Amino acid sequence: MHALVFIKQVPDASQVRVNYETGTLIREGVPAILNPFEAHAVEEAVKLREKYGGKVTVLTMGPPQATEALKECLSRGADKAYLLSDRVFAGSDTLATSYALFEGAKKIIELEGEVDLFFAGKQAIDGDTAQTGPGIATRFDVPLVTYLIKLDEVNFEKKQAVATRLTEFGQETLQVPLPAFFTVEETLNELSHSPLPWLIKAARSKIEKLSSENVKLDLEQCGLRHSPTKVKKAFTPEKRQRGETLTGSVEELVQKTSDILMPFLKKGL
Amino acid sequence: MSAKLKYDVIVVGAGPAGLAAAIVLAKAGVRVIVIERGRFPGSKNVMGGVFYSDCMKGIVDEFPGDAPVERHVIDQRIWILDQDSSVGFNHKNELFNKKPYNCHTVFRAKLDKWLAGEAEKAGALIINSTVVKEPLLKNGKVIGVKTDRPQGNVFANCVIAADGVNSLFAKSLGLRKKIEPDTVAIAVKEVIGLDEQVINDRFNVKSSEGVTIEMTGSYFNGEAMAFLYTNKKSLSLGVGMVLKDVISHKINPNDLIEQLKEHPSVAPFIEGGQTKEFLAHLIPEGGYKAMPKLVGNGVMIAGDAAMMVDAIHREGSNLAITSGKLAAETYLEVSRQGDFSEKSLSLYVKKLQDSFVMKDLKKYKGVPRLLQTNKNLLLHYPKLLNQAAFEMLKVDGISKKEKEKIIWKNVKQEIGIGHLVRDLFKLWRNMG
Repeated sequence: MHALVFIKQVPDASQVRVNYETGTLIREGVPAILNPFEAHAVEEAVKLREKYGGKVTVLTMGPPQATEALKECLSRGADKAYLLSDRVFAGSDTLATSYALFEGAKKIIELEGEVDLFFAGKQAIDGDTAQTGPGIATRFDVPLVTYLIKLDEVNFEKKQAVATRLTEFGQETLQVPLPAFFTVEETLNELSHSPLPWLIKAARSKIEKLSSENVKLDLEQCGLRHSPTKVKKAFTPEKRQRGETLTGSVEELVQKTSDILMPFLKKGL
Repeated sequence: MSAKLKYDVIVVGAGPAGLAAAIVLAKAGVRVIVIERGRFPGSKNVMGGVFYSDCMKGIVDEFPGDAPVERHVIDQRIWILDQDSSVGFNHKNELFNKKPYNCHTVFRAKLDKWLAGEAEKAGALIINSTVVKEPLLKNGKVIGVKTDRPQGNVFANCVIAADGVNSLFAKSLGLRKKIEPDTVAIAVKEVIGLDEQVINDRFNVKSSEGVTIEMTGSYFNGEAMAFLYTNKKSLSLGVGMVLKDVISHKINPNDLIEQLKEHPSVAPFIEGGQTKEFLAHLIPEGGYKAMPKLVGNGVMIAGDAAMMVDAIHREGSNLAITSGKLAAETYLEVSRQGDFSEKSLSLYVKKLQDSFVMKDLKKYKGVPRLLQTNKNLLLHYPKLLNQAAFEMLKVDGISKKEKEKIIWKNVKQEIGIGHLVRDLFKLWRNMG
């Protein structure tokens, strides 16, 4: 089994503030973390490896500091980590990023062998676009299962998997041929506490470097100049009013609640 | 299944003490593992922000070099605050502008991370997000540690416990007792973002130069100390208070910071600033008398875990680094005989006693208690001082002689001459 997990280092969203004049995020001084969804993606891949054997490779595109997020993946049990880093990627939107990661992944397949399962988070907590994973899957032309909440079954002989995903209306369970691409929800699994030897191995591991020097790239698809996404305007949504808390005896609460709801019910809402 | 994890030395805690020890050991070729509970070294570490350079000798070739420091301090001010006034004293010196710089303002989250990088470069292994639960013992000797991870036992010849003010390690070995609320201070600090040039103008310095202001006095009912330090693009404003007072008066130190921001002597410096960060930490201020036993069989205690803070001179991280360094040197010396017993490791205590660390801590050993038991020192005197300064500086037709009389009358009313003499004597005995 070979699982390739795409990860992203993101600013800790709980500590990010917004520059209201420009509508952009102030990332300065905010600690960087592994995109939380991708911690679960790595967890799932490692669980599969523990069960079926094989290996887990992780890949990210980012600045040299993204090494830290890769190290965390190694601590969580990944076997090898690749950093795709080059100035030509600066300013990439999701289209250019998915192209770069696609090329990086092809290089990894060349070096590490065919991939059975691709994983990524359902989205990154900084951009929230949920486009990069599907972008890579489309370029590989493999089945894509977004919002994965359960990997019910993986059969490497039949080369197929049964997966349950979250939809707007509920859940659906799909059977997909492998290789397939999964973008995962946090509820997919619970993060486990890695054994200490894994952390020691991670601390001693080297991060493999990928760049335009060893990855074949079409520069016409890289970086800011080839990123069609333009942020025209950003705005802050109005603050939602805090809900009202009702207190009192059961009878009083029933009365109060019905007083509030009645007008809506009468309107037929 | 897996081989036993065995190193020469285990360092518990990646703060200044632990990392200094790790660097010295790794440079000497010792196999050392540092176990840190935070997500990265520095992530849980906080201090006011003044870091003294001298202790870095023997740790790195050049300091600061590429270390993440904010400003080197050239002007140090002390303010005695009363309600709406302050009496101050400052020392600014061009000698502080000469390399090597005496001290810098720093952020520990950055500095400790950098120091950990140096330790890794030297060959130390640093493991984050892992909590050391307890020592592993054999025949009364520490032979390793148990961590909170699966397959988490690690073995070594010797453990250096540098796990901070709350040192569970020292406690679980019975080397130290529970910390008493009168031996630790709680310090809160707010980082206030300001334009670099605004800071330079307000504090009358150039971009790399820094100012520190220490504050005490009746403004805080004589029970808190405060500070205002310049960073590159921010100020650190903080208040520290002995935990016992926080509890008994039900004071929230955060409220004290808010109150301090309004003080007419402080407000103009921070005006227009944006709160960037809020931090809090315990400071072991019990001094010499509250120190734990520093060695046991197979174990040495360093830094905050050993209560090595000189609160009078706001020194702590330099004591920590020096103690870490001395623990490492002790290991290197005793490892030749391969004897890591308490008796053998007591060389560490001797090294500490010969260094400024113990000498300074001993010198001020009575001060924490003096300040706790004698509230006059920080309450009545600052008030009197502010009143006296005001009387002497205000021109209102009253003769200076007459003003002196008024001042003395205030002293007699507030304290009494007998008390004054006694307090001065006690202060001289404890500080002199």
